Amino acid sequence: MSTSGAGTSGTGTSGTTATGIGAPVRRKEDFRFVTGNGRYTADIDRPGQVCLHFLRSTHAHARIVRIQAGHASRMPGVLAVITGQDLAADKLGPLVCGWMIHSTDGSPMKMAPHPALTVDAVRYVGEPVAAVIAQTPEQARDAAEAIIVDYEELPAVVDPAAAQGPDAPLIHAVAPNNTIFHWQLGDAAAVADAFARAASVTSIDLVNNRLVPNAIEPRGALAEWDPGSDSYTLWNTSQNPHVARLVLSAFVGVAPEHRLRVVAPDVGGGFGSKIFIYAEEVVALAAAKRVRRPVRWICDRSEAFVADAHGRDHVTHAQMAFDRDGRILGLRVKTIANLGAYMSTFSSSIPTYLYATLLSGQYAIPAIHCAVDAVYTNTVPVDAYRGAGRPEATYVIERLMEVSARRLGVDPAELRRKNFVQTFPHQTPVIMSYDCGDYAASLDKALALADYQGFGARRRESEARGRLRGIGLSAYIEACGIAPSQAVGSLGAGVGLWESAEVRVNPTGTVEVLTGSHSHGQGHETTFAQLVSDRLGIPIDTISVVHGDTDKVQFGMGTYGSRSGAVGMSAIVKALDKVEAKARKVAAHMLEASEADIVFENGAFKVAGTDRAATFGEVALNAYIAHKFSGAELEPGLKEGAFYDPVNFTFPAGCHVCEVEIDPETGRVAIERFTAVDDFGNIINPMIVEGQVHGGIAQGIGQALMEQAVYDDSGQLVTGSYNDYVMPRAVDLPPLVVDTTVTPCPGNPLGIKGCGEAGAIAAPAAVMNAVTDALGTEEVPMPANPLTVWRVLQKAGRLQAAE
Amino acid sequence: MPVVSMTVNGNPVRAEVDVRTLLVQFLRETLRLTGTHVGCDTSQCGACVVHVNGVAVKSCTMLAVQAEGAEVLTIEGVARGDALHPMQEAFRQNHGLQCGYCTPGMIMTALDIVRRKGHELDDRTIREELEGNLCRCTGYHNIVKSIAAGARAMAGDDPARQQAAE
Amino acid sequence: MYDFTYHRASGLRQATNLLAKHEDAKPIAGGQSLLPMMKFRLASPSNLVDLNAVEGLNGIELTSRALVIGAMARHAEVHVSPQVQQGIPALAALAGMIGDPAVRHRGTLGGSLANNDPTADYPAAALALGATIVTTKRKIPADEFFAGLFETVLEPDELITKVSFPLPKKAAYQKFRNPASRYAIVGVFVAKRPAEVRVAVTGAGASGAFRVPAFEEALQKRFHPKSLEGLSVPAEGLASDIHASAEYRAHLIGVMARRAVAAANG
Repeated sequence: MSTSGAGTSGTGTSGTTATGIGAPVRRKEDFRFVTGNGRYTADIDRPGQVCLHFLRSTHAHARIVRIQAGHASRMPGVLAVITGQDLAADKLGPLVCGWMIHSTDGSPMKMAPHPALTVDAVRYVGEPVAAVIAQTPEQARDAAEAIIVDYEELPAVVDPAAAQGPDAPLIHAVAPNNTIFHWQLGDAAAVADAFARAASVTSIDLVNNRLVPNAIEPRGALAEWDPGSDSYTLWNTSQNPHVARLVLSAFVGVAPEHRLRVVAPDVGGGFGSKIFIYAEEVVALAAAKRVRRPVRWICDRSEAFVADAHGRDHVTHAQMAFDRDGRILGLRVKTIANLGAYMSTFSSSIPTYLYATLLSGQYAIPAIHCAVDAVYTNTVPVDAYRGAGRPEATYVIERLMEVSARRLGVDPAELRRKNFVQTFPHQTPVIMSYDCGDYAASLDKALALADYQGFGARRRESEARGRLRGIGLSAYIEACGIAPSQAVGSLGAGVGLWESAEVRVNPTGTVEVLTGSHSHGQGHETTFAQLVSDRLGIPIDTISVVHGDTDKVQFGMGTYGSRSGAVGMSAIVKALDKVEAKARKVAAHMLEASEADIVFENGAFKVAGTDRAATFGEVALNAYIAHKFSGAELEPGLKEGAFYDPVNFTFPAGCHVCEVEIDPETGRVAIERFTAVDDFGNIINPMIVEGQVHGGIAQGIGQALMEQAVYDDSGQLVTGSYNDYVMPRAVDLPPLVVDTTVTPCPGNPLGIKGCGEAGAIAAPAAVMNAVTDALGTEEVPMPANPLTVWRVLQKAGRLQAAE
Repeated sequence: MPVVSMTVNGNPVRAEVDVRTLLVQFLRETLRLTGTHVGCDTSQCGACVVHVNGVAVKSCTMLAVQAEGAEVLTIEGVARGDALHPMQEAFRQNHGLQCGYCTPGMIMTALDIVRRKGHELDDRTIREELEGNLCRCTGYHNIVKSIAAGARAMAGDDPARQQAAE
Repeated sequence: MYDFTYHRASGLRQATNLLAKHEDAKPIAGGQSLLPMMKFRLASPSNLVDLNAVEGLNGIELTSRALVIGAMARHAEVHVSPQVQQGIPALAALAGMIGDPAVRHRGTLGGSLANNDPTADYPAAALALGATIVTTKRKIPADEFFAGLFETVLEPDELITKVSFPLPKKAAYQKFRNPASRYAIVGVFVAKRPAEVRVAVTGAGASGAFRVPAFEEALQKRFHPKSLEGLSVPAEGLASDIHASAEYRAHLIGVMARRAVAAANG
């Protein structure tokens, strides 16, 4: 058995139907996907649509002297060539970062202008310089090649650790030393105190490698302008179409919201990279009006490597102080975060409030201080990628725990156990208040499933074959269910992070659920319908979930940060509460009973203590025909909306265990076993939850062993295609053992915490703890690919010993 | 412009194409069969896998004109009416897909694996056979399960085999 | 890709005439290397001569002394061919390591040799097995066929028709893949032939596949992995990139050679 059932949830609601909460319901959306009838942005064909292609910078840093596009604009099939000056003439504003961070000295972050097409200079390889609109993609490409750009090359810096140095070229005039902010969280004096009292200190230096998200569907945008109403429609590959509309309207100024419709149809994976508002969408919209034709841009994969925001890219020094008994006294972290050449939509929040606030991990740590410098470099902008800040925090603290255990000569599992938070709520020194959890339960279950006890025998068996074997743990915590609006507002967020829902009951009793969440693989069409089926006692086939269209759903904040369950579904619960309350009134009139005597169970409204009843469908019909009540007493209809603002973050946590075997001759690391035990609170659909964990783990293993965006010193992206950027393949991964423990979340009506990012957050530390265990040295950077491991072995002289 | 004719999902088709048209572009843009996807430009992701004359190929790495006279099967031709093919059903039953983008290529590859390797497929074989198909959502775990289950289900579904067994 | 004129050749003579007639014409066999290059606009042939409809380039024949494979044999066919599996099982195994199953359904032996990608697998087999490349004009020993990165001695209007691989007594191929592209970082083909041992390396050379005389001499004395202990290939002149430094490649050549010899010995 490679997996064991995760269907251990129980919510106190009915849970008895085969399609209710807790059931592994097969997905409603799958029929269209397995038959090739999905409808992705690139599948949409608008009459007369033409192609958009971008001329991108080949230099990492250069001043633009002149752009000559006259010849290109007269080439066959070309409708227009657009430059940054054209966009400025259209009065389109720059792209913005929506989260204000203040430096320690109180000054606001140094956000440089970020026009969709650059005007004065290029600051990274791949930056859009000009756009060509032509009849066919090849014609657009031909014309782009004919545009002549005179560059005056400037020196570039790509390494975040070097960006603040005296020799580094200045990338934006507004940001001296290329420093966007110098920010801190926690109590430096308390930490200094703790370190002064410490019996021992563990110090580590870590690089959290830069990753490229690589959703398999490349991004795309199809923009259409209606001259009659001067309004726009944008189909795009977005995780949050409403936020895209808000930014494109309020900040970029394409059109006011009521004249801009954004539709995100089926979206082929996001992992963060499709949250952001990108230059290509702005240009597509502007171009659609200029050429009066629908304009389509579909990203090539190699283009995506420089067009999509990257993730991670931290350089960190961290120290952990222990007392004589192995209890943590304090934690000190200094991180330089690379934000790339421009600030992407949410970039500033990732290395700050999504990172430093999680540095307490699962542990009771009395004093924590974290300082973060965010820097500009001549690289692709960096923003949220699956986990966003929390994988970086987990990597810091879980590497520290493992290294400390080895240094102190104690079992890494026991050092963790000794320091676990035991009582809840628990206030950490870094803002977060953990509401519930049972970290020992996850640890114990994971150790048992991973046969932690039997590792010694397996290691001896490997060594007998000339192989090195290691085991590593990662007891992670994350903050999901993002987020209480008031709280994030006080921390600099430009928006509230509630979610909306509307439940529309039709006269025949079928239901449409409109949600501000967006599904791009998460299975909302199924899980959200499960919730409604469970609550209203109606067949799941009579429920449809509507999302991703600003003309249908009034507003929403979208899907990221594992928020759709805890926040999006809670909004649906709130709307369902209102539907039930209204339906109860209708039923009271139908059944000629007092509203107080109406009970709703198993899909029927009953008069308590009698056999008088009406099904949900009958009540729905009566709500619309309105024959049984007067308009003075009750409004007809059955449609309710709700906004849900969470009261706290949720705190999924768990323990992942990785076991590796290394071929010392080649340096190749093989994952032999991977065990994940997660506490996601209550679970709506265990099948889907397991799938989310699997995918996250694969990305986490990818970060640890394979993936890295590599720039050379001149700022060229060396890993600019699948020929050089290593994507995890089936053969690189083992079967995964996935299980759960449950502490229901007290903060939302369903008791759920979120599961989308756990694997990506937990896995890198588990893998690297196993790799360093096998190699017998802590000095192993990610990704631990064969070349890296071979070099480590060379340095350690282990190769000779193994031969 | 050259004219190309072929049979796609049992239907004869004929169209004038720019010679540079890739088979995948022909299927998607000319025939509007958009179930076949494009996920990369280096022939690696496998989202575009279709069958040409019975074998799996990457339709992004073949010119439309090279498919002259060929029998092409795309994901749209796999189900029998509203009844899913056993391999499609296996993906649904085993949660072998999330965003669905790589899925058509995965299923077309899976059918090709069964053709070559039979109905009893172990974990290792399936993983090695998926060398040319990338998925970013599932971690492959449930895709491997789906293909093993689908292959077994196809054994029961295959009339020729049933006859042979009788 | 850039525009070009397409020709579907129905016979060899027509194909070579078309190649002779048009400057910058290129033959296309499986197209699994050429088409990606054209898509990236890194290759821009004026004319493309498609060999897929040409008769007589497909057979696989096993004689008592050699395995003769048609130039248009797909990797997938070579991989499962009973003749290849009987005659040179190492070659069947190598064909099954190229690209992925879908690529193997299109890619061809002749195309791979003519392209001479320094990280391709077949060049190592051709060198180690002492193959003879038969063309429309002549017979070329493998040792004289390859002429540097993506270069061979083929003339613009010369096509490979078949390749003759003399049967070795023992042979094996070991490949260490580039984790991204899955091409060879180092691939070593060892062949114990009636009169000599050959060791050929692909993936590592800065100018293509090459033989390792020092390894061959040592294995000639005794065909055993231990014979290679203490021997190494100098790192100078080897390829170096983010996936493998020249030193690492030099080291892997030794590892893969030892493993290949062990595999050949069964």
